[in-house]
Amino acid sequence: MATPRLKALAATAASVPITLFGLVLVTFLIGRVMPIDPVLAIVGDRAPADVVAQVRLELGLDEPLYVQFWIYLGKLVQGDLGRSVMTSHTVVDDIIRFFPATMELATAAIIIAALLGIPIGVLAAVKQGSRIDHVIRVITLAGHSLPIFVLALISLLVFYATLEIAPGPGRQNILFDDMVPTITGLLTVDSLIAGEWEVFWDALAHLVQPAGVLAYFSMAYLARMTRAFMLDTLKGEFIITARAKGLSPARVIWKHAFGNIAVRLITILALAYAGLLEGAVITETVFSWPGLGQYLTISLLNADMNAVLGATLVVGVTYLAFNLLADLLYRLLDPRVR
Amino acid sequence: MSGATAQTWRDWLLTDTPSSRRQAAWGRRYRLWRDFTANRLAMGGLVVVVVLMLASMLAPVLAPYDPGIQNLANRLARPSAAHWLGTDELGRDILSRILFGGQVTLGMVVAVVIMVAPLGLAIGCIAGYFGGTLDRVLMRVTDVFLSFPRLILALAFVAAIKPGVTSAVFAIVLTAWPPYARLARAETLTVRGTDYIAAVRLTGASSFRIILRHIVPMCIGSLVVRVTLDMSSIILTAASLGFLGMGAQPPSPEWGAMIATARRFILDQWWVPTIPGIAIFVASLAFNLLGDGLRDVLDPKQR
Repeated sequence: MATPRLKALAATAASVPITLFGLVLVTFLIGRVMPIDPVLAIVGDRAPADVVAQVRLELGLDEPLYVQFWIYLGKLVQGDLGRSVMTSHTVVDDIIRFFPATMELATAAIIIAALLGIPIGVLAAVKQGSRIDHVIRVITLAGHSLPIFVLALISLLVFYATLEIAPGPGRQNILFDDMVPTITGLLTVDSLIAGEWEVFWDALAHLVQPAGVLAYFSMAYLARMTRAFMLDTLKGEFIITARAKGLSPARVIWKHAFGNIAVRLITILALAYAGLLEGAVITETVFSWPGLGQYLTISLLNADMNAVLGATLVVGVTYLAFNLLADLLYRLLDPRVR
Repeated sequence: MSGATAQTWRDWLLTDTPSSRRQAAWGRRYRLWRDFTANRLAMGGLVVVVVLMLASMLAPVLAPYDPGIQNLANRLARPSAAHWLGTDELGRDILSRILFGGQVTLGMVVAVVIMVAPLGLAIGCIAGYFGGTLDRVLMRVTDVFLSFPRLILALAFVAAIKPGVTSAVFAIVLTAWPPYARLARAETLTVRGTDYIAAVRLTGASSFRIILRHIVPMCIGSLVVRVTLDMSSIILTAASLGFLGMGAQPPSPEWGAMIATARRFILDQWWVPTIPGIAIFVASLAFNLLGDGLRDVLDPKQR
C-alpha cells in the first residue's frame, strides 16, 4: 500500500540534488560568459600587469572551466560566495542581512493574498455566472495583466501622496533605526520581542503597502485556482447528496466542498509563495525595501557579479524549496494520492 | 445574389459529408471561428491586439511628432490638443513615444515567440518520442530552468552579457522554453503509442519524418493557446527588464524604460509614468483575453 507512495517520495528526493547541481552550474556559467573582466573589477583598470596576473592566478581564472567550476563548488560548500565589490562585505553576510526583509514582505503578502483570494474564489464559484463572478473575473484578470511596478507607483500616488494614510518608502522611520536588537531579522517580530510597541506599529505601517501591492498578484492567482477547484468539486454527487439531506448551504460549501479542496489549496499556496519572490524584486525596488530584491537590482546596475550570482542562487534555492514543499504537502496530506 | 453565394459557401463549409480533405479542414476552421466569435471578450482581445499591431507598425505615419525630438520649454505638459497625452521630462510627445514603443515591445514579443515555440516544441517532441535516457536528461534540464523564477534568471543573464533589447530577448527565450517543452512532451506521449503512428512507422517513415509530419501537428493546438497566454507574461517580463534598467535602454521609447525614467514624477505629473503603464496593461490584458478565448475553442480540456 505504502510502497508506490514511498517510491514517489524517493524519486522526488533523488531529483532534488540533481536540480540543485543544475542550478549551481547555470549560475556559474552565467558568471563566466560575462564580458566584464572580474580581475579588472577588483584591482581597477590602472593596475600594473603583474598585479593583474597575480589576482588572475589567485582567482583560478587561468584554469580550464571545469576546474574553475570545481573550485567554485568547493567554496560554495564552505559557504563562500565571494565578496561583493559594492558593499565590500562577503556576499553571504549581505544575503543574511537582506534576506529576512524579503521573507517578511513575502510572508505578509501571502497572508493578505490568502485571506482575500480564497474567499473571493469560493464566492465566484458559488455565484458562477452572476454579476459578482464577472467582477471577480475582471479583478483577477487585471492581476495577470498589470505590471507590478505600475501598481506600486499608483499605490504610492494614491495612499502616500494623495490620501496621506500610508508612510513613505522604506522599512521603518529613520528615528527608530537600530532601536531593537536583530534576532529574527523580521522587524515586526523583533520589535515585539523587544516590547517596543512604537517600533512595531511603525514597522507594520511600512509593511502594509508593499505587501498589499505584492499580494494583489498572488490573490488573483489564488482566487482563480480556488474558483476552478470549487466549480469542479461542487459538481460532485456527494454535494448533491449533502444538499438533498437538507444541510444548510453554508455547511455544504465550507465543510463538504471546501474541505475537499483545502489540500490542493495548500499546494497552490506554497507555489504562490515561491512566485512572490519574483514580484518582491520589483516591489522592493519601488518601495526602497532593503531586501534581497533591492540588493539584487542594485548589484545588477553596478555589475557586481558575485552579488548578482549569489542572490540569484539563493532565490533559486528558495524557489526550489517551496516547490518541493508544495509537492510533499500534496503527497502527504491528500489521501487520494496515497 | 451575394446572399445566395454566402449561403452556398456556408453550406459547403458546414456539410456533414465533405468530399475532400481540403473541404473538411476548412469546415473545421470555420466552425472554430464561429465558436470563437461567439465569445465577446475574446473578440475584444483580438480587436485590441490587431489595433495595437497596426498602430505600432504604422507608427511613423500615425505619430504626430518625432519620438526623439526634445522641447525643453514644454516639458511635463498636461494632455492638450497639441499633445494628446502630454509631454515627458524632455518635452517629447508621449503619444508618439507610446506608438513607437509598441514597435519595441511587440517586436520583442514576436522575436521571443519565433524562437521559443520551435525550440520548446523540438525538445519536447524529441524527449517524448524517443523516451529513455534522452528523455530523462532533457527533462532534468527543463526542471533546472523551471526552478528559477523567470525574471531573476533573465536579470542575471542580461547583466552578464550587456543590458539591451537583444540580450533581453535571448534572456526571455532562455527562461520561457521549459513550459513549451513540457507541453509538447505530454502531447507526444499521448500520441506516441497510437495505431496511426505505428502504421506510419510500418511504411518506413524515418523518426524525423514521424515527429515533423505526424506528431508536431498534434501539438500545435495547445501550443498556440499557450503562446497567446504567454505573450502577456512576455510583455510583462520585457517591461520589467526595461523598468529595472536591464532591457531596452533610454532614450528608446520602450514602455517599461519610459516608466523607469519618469517614475520620479509620479507624485506631481502622475500621467507621465502612468500612461506607458496603461499601454502595458492594455496590451497584456488583450493577449490574456484572446488566449482565454482560444483555449476555450482549441483546447477545451485545459479549461
